[in-house]
This record gives sequence, C-alpha cells and structure tokens, in this order.
Amino acid sequence: MSHKIVRKRQLGENVFWAQVEAPLIAQARKPGQFIILSIDNDYSERIPLTIAGADPAQGVIELIWQRVGKTTAELANMNEGDAIANVSGPLGMPTHIENFGTVVCVGGGIGGAPLLPIATALKEVGNKVLTILGFRSKDLLILEEEFAAISDELIVTTDDGSYGRKALVTEPLKEICQRDPKPDKAFVIGPTIMMKFCCETTRPFEVPTEVSLNTIMIDGTGMCGGCRVEVGGRPKFVCVDGPEFDGHEVNFDLMMKRMTAYKHQETTAYDDYRKHECRIGLDE
Amino acid sequence: MTNEDNAKLLEELLNKQQAGELRPKDRFAVPAQAMPEQDATARRRNVSEVAQGYTEMQARLEAMRCLQCKTAPCVKGCPVQIRIRNFITAIAEGDYQKSLSIIKENSLLPAVCGRVCPQEVQCQETCTVGLKFKDVSQAVSIGRLERFVADLEKNGGAAPTVAPATGKKVAIIGSGPGGIVAAADTRRAGHDVTVFEAFHKPGGVMVYGIPEFRLPKAIVQEEIDTLEQMGVQIVTNFIVGRTRTIDQLMNEDGFDAVYIGVGAGLPSFMGIAGESLVGVYSANEYLTRANLMKAYDFGSGADTPIAASKRVAVVGGGNVAMDAARTAVRLGAEKVYLIYRRTEKEMPARVEEVHHAKEEGIEFHLLQSPKRILGDEDDRVKAIECLRFELGEPDDSGRRRPVAIEGSEFEIDVDTVIISIGNHANPLMRQTTPELDFNKWGNIVVDDNCKTSMEGVYAGGDIVLGAATVIPARGQGRIAPAGINDYLADK
Repeated sequence: MSHKIVRKRQLGENVFWAQVEAPLIAQARKPGQFIILSIDNDYSERIPLTIAGADPAQGVIELIWQRVGKTTAELANMNEGDAIANVSGPLGMPTHIENFGTVVCVGGGIGGAPLLPIATALKEVGNKVLTILGFRSKDLLILEEEFAAISDELIVTTDDGSYGRKALVTEPLKEICQRDPKPDKAFVIGPTIMMKFCCETTRPFEVPTEVSLNTIMIDGTGMCGGCRVEVGGRPKFVCVDGPEFDGHEVNFDLMMKRMTAYKHQETTAYDDYRKHECRIGLDE
Repeated sequence: MTNEDNAKLLEELLNKQQAGELRPKDRFAVPAQAMPEQDATARRRNVSEVAQGYTEMQARLEAMRCLQCKTAPCVKGCPVQIRIRNFITAIAEGDYQKSLSIIKENSLLPAVCGRVCPQEVQCQETCTVGLKFKDVSQAVSIGRLERFVADLEKNGGAAPTVAPATGKKVAIIGSGPGGIVAAADTRRAGHDVTVFEAFHKPGGVMVYGIPEFRLPKAIVQEEIDTLEQMGVQIVTNFIVGRTRTIDQLMNEDGFDAVYIGVGAGLPSFMGIAGESLVGVYSANEYLTRANLMKAYDFGSGADTPIAASKRVAVVGGGNVAMDAARTAVRLGAEKVYLIYRRTEKEMPARVEEVHHAKEEGIEFHLLQSPKRILGDEDDRVKAIECLRFELGEPDDSGRRRPVAIEGSEFEIDVDTVIISIGNHANPLMRQTTPELDFNKWGNIVVDDNCKTSMEGVYAGGDIVLGAATVIPARGQGRIAPAGINDYLADK
C-alpha cells in the first residue's frame, strides 16, 4: 500500500509539513512515537520522522521535516497527490503521560513538531504546561499558535532576536527552574546540542528531564542496533527502548559523534541530488 | 576426471545396478563430487553466488554414492523429515521432477535449504558413507543434491494445491523462513492467510541478513511469488504489536489463529569500552545496509551509506560473522580479521563458510578476544585491543572454555569493528503483548506443538529458540502450522 500526500505546505525556507495517508498508523499512534519512511522501494534509504499529529477519522498522519539531505529534499519536492512507497509505524515507546503538576516543554526548531502532541496530552491530563520554543530566527518559527492554544505560558526565543526574546532556550528554562515551586518535569525535543545544554540547565535543579532522541536508524524494530546510544553508561536502542530517555543519563557527546558517522557520504549524496535538481530545471 | 570419464563411470554403475550387481564397494569408489565454485580472487570483487551448483553428471554420480540404507539415518537428522534416499534415487535415475516432488512433500524451500542449511550437522552428519570414511565431508552431499533439483525447476514450478476454503483466517507474523513455511502449510489447508512483514520487502533474514553471494535474492523472491500464487496475501511495513496488536488482529480484524515468527533481533554487544564509537557495527546492521539497503551501490543509485572500510575486525565465529567478513571484503576492505576466542574446531559457523572465508583472504585470529575498542579524537575507531586466550576445562556447552592469558594484550589497527556474537530476543512482542508468556531471556514460551499461552497463537523460530539457522526455524515452521490446522479444524 502506498501513502498519498494529501496536503503539503512549506513552513519555512527548509521546513515542510504534510498530511500523509496512513490510516492504521493514524489510529494506533500515541504521542512520542515516530514512523520510518522510504520514498521508493529499491534504493531509497529509510529515515525516521516523528509524528506531529494524526486524524484517525481521515486516516492521515502529519509529518514535519527539515530539508537537510537527499531524502528530506526529495520529500520536499513531492507534491500533493504523490505517494510515498513505504511508511511504517508507529514505532517506539509512547510518552509516559500523567499529571506531574507543572511541566516545562522545550522545543528547538522543528523539535516543536513532535513536542506538540506530547504537550497537548500533558495538558489534557491536567498539567500546567509552560512552553519554550526556540528558533534561529523569525523565518524559522513554526507552531506558535498551536502551542499558544495548549500552554499556560509560552515563551518564544530567537537566536538573532528577530522575534520574541533574543536568547537561547536555556535562559528562560533556567529562570523557570529557579521559580518556586520549580517545575516537576521537563520535556525537551530539538537538536542534540540543545537537548544536551537543556539537560545541563535542569540538572542542578534536579528537574527530571525527558529528551526524545532522533538517531540514525534502519529497521526501527530493534534488529540492527544502529540507533544505539549510551544511557547511564549502557547501550540502549532508541527505536525500541526509546525514543525518550532520562536526559540526565544520556551521553550526548558520543551521540553527536555517532550522528556524524556518514556526514561525508550524506553530503555527497545531497550535492549530487541538487546537481540533478538543477538539470531538471534546465530541461524544463 | 573429465566429463567423459564421469559419463563412462555413471554408465558402468547404472549397468551394474541394472544387472543387480552393484555393491556398496562400487558406491564407495565413486569420488565425492566437489561443488563448482567461483574463483576466490574474482569473487572478492563481486556479489555473485560463490557455489555454482552441480552439473547433471555430477549430481547423478553423487546420487550413486548413496547406499540406500534401510534405516535411513539421514532422515533422522532432517528437521523436516524429507524422504532423502527416495529423492536421491530419483536423481540417480535421472527423474528430477519426481525427485523434486518427493522433497516438496516436506519442504517448500528446497532451493534455499539446499544452500544454507547446515547439512553437516543434520542429515549428512549421520550419513553412513561419511561414517565409513570417518569424515563428514565424505558423506553424500544431500544439500547439494537438493539444490540441484530445486534449481532445475526455477520459475517453472507449479504452486502447491490449496484445499477448499475453510473460511478461517490465519495471520503469520514475519516473512522469514519460518513464516513462509507456516504460511504455505496453513494456506494448503484452505485457510485465508495473510503474512505481515515489518520491513518494506518480504523474506526476513534471507533478504536483510544472508548475502547475495550465499543466497541470491531472486531465489527468495521466487518463494514469495509461490506464496502469492497460492493466494497468500503479503503485507509489508506492518509491525504487529505497533501497527495493530495481536489482540486487535484476533478480536477486531477477524483472524482465528496467529503464528509468530519474528526472528531474533536485538543484537548483542560485548559490554566493552568503545562499542559506541563511530565505525562499530552489529553484524545485523552491517549486513542489512549491505544486503537489503544495497549500500554497495551507494553513489550509483542507493541512498544508504556504509563505512568505506580499509581494515575491518569481525568479532565472532558463526555463520553471520563469516557473512559479515566476506561482505567487508566485497565492499573493498584491504584487510579483514576474524577474531574468535576459541579455536576453529569450536566455531559454530559451517565448515564450508569458514573455508570460503579463508579462501577469500580473511585472516583468522583464533584464541583472541577484544578487550576494548580504541577511537581517535573524533571518536572514530582506530584500533581494537585484544587479549590472547587458551582453552581450559569444558563448560556447560561441552566446549572447552577459553581462559584469558594475563598481560597478553595487543592492538590491531582497524577502522571498522563488526560485532557478531549473537542476538537477544526482540522486545517488541513483549512490550506490546502482555497476554503472552515469556521466559527470563525474553523468548516466547511454547508447548511441544508451538502453542503459546494465548489462545489460538503459535510461535516458532528464533523468537522461541534464540538465534538459530534456517532449518530449525523451519522445523517449528512445520509443527506450528500443523498445530494451527488442528486447532482450526476443531474450532
């Protein structure tokens, strides 16, 4: 069964949103879970993307992705009505949702996409939800309204000050941790380096901090072990043990190194693809 | 011997047989037929199949070596009880169609099993001819004969007949060898069968794990095609437990019985320092990238990369370790070391695979085991530090326990390490199916009929046995569907 792109929008220069037909996943998915897709059958790579939302009645899931390499660029070049060959999921353990009291949700860049269903579910069970969204600049801003609707407090930061507060997310996060009472729990999703520093920010305040990791994967069902990270000094598989872990236990430095394992090949593949895109342009 | 010599020998043997004068000593005198193989140097640079299969003459001569023992010790060694001497007789007679139909009474995958089953510890281990020569390599090459007849039929085989529809629905979870056999056996009984596969292509370990040079993907595809011709539905990208639970399949989607054949999973690591460095793979990951994802074509079509390794250490002594080492050679590695903590005698890999690996230039480091993996300033693998071992007293497995020699540490410069020391049970079923009983290792508990603690749910293969080879998985692949068929007949 192929998966038709029902609607698609460009949210920023390199950020895209799409609704994709996947009725069974739309029904089964819970906050915190992800899918693995590949565009074609034979040669396409399999990439994990978090599920930003779903509409079981329409049988669609929502994906938000950043154009960073060949596959995400190919996906960005697809149009409404086109079909993705393979979408499998939902994968990973769902987020543990309960009424913790006050939770602080921190999203960096498109990390806001997987964070939204988690924050929504946390709000629904009675948590006080404080949200911090950080972006490099105003034109990368996404999901502000959606978060405003479910947050008791929303702080938007940009690195360059072009919108909201000119700060890194760790600044308001620290201030929130300094409040009395301090938050009962933090959920952080974003670039690995941001998650690392958020964890360093919450650690002295002993605020339990969940992070959602997005490592390199192939099968996503616990078979290959490519996604492993060190948590508490032991190897854990993001696809079946995660994707969420206690951020204070994650070895982020090693994870960042592992994320760059194929940097050279990925760059080559993306460059080749862009050259190919240019040629298509010339033909037209 | 030339082909003409062979033809003459065969004719003599057949004439003697006709005259009722063929004695066991005549059969013993027939030389064991060697498998034609691709040249070792040439094959280091291609992924084509290494073993090229018997010629017709070779097959008939090899078949003449069979003593036709009344007690058929070979059959006792066969997990699916193929009538071995009968199919071999048919080959000797030149009636290959008959031979194949005898095999197919009990085995649906002769082209696969003829290639990858460990016959030397199954049917061929107990072969009288091998015992007579006190050398299992002199046993009748039952596997090669099975492959010979199976290959003749390529693309031409008729799908097995299917009984009239029973109106009962069976879900098969996993499309590996066990799942394929279970699907065929339950479909033959007339049930409506659907196979669910988590990956985007069916075939399980036969497509992601076992390399092309040992088991061509086209052969696996033929088996899948046969299932579809029989009316089995195959659904890919479907993760039972996550996409739908077993409970949903049975209580909402109308399935009356389920077979779980999800395979091993969760690769084991050694727990040594450096296993998370860039350049350390599980064999599962390395082989999946190379096989299923076609990483060998990265840059000329395929999107999935793999390390461009020059010096590779593979840790382990099983078939998977050999597959990984030989794949590394084909991907261009200049040096491939196989590090195993016991001696060659204790290696679980098939003798043939060990032999092929050596021919292809893989350097065996026996009685050695890694102590830690060393990385450079970018956390990329630069060396593996090993300890030397000696063999001590036998352990629980009956194999002599390797004991580390203190102070014997030494380093080997490598850029890639592939860990191939087995798998733990995959936790997915356990996470999503509280109704099932698991043992302390996470394997599903079943009775002698492969029935689990959940009504109508059967399981077999590696998720029950722990990691194994294709044929035990298939043995249970037959017991379980028989159990399902009985269960559905009574329901």
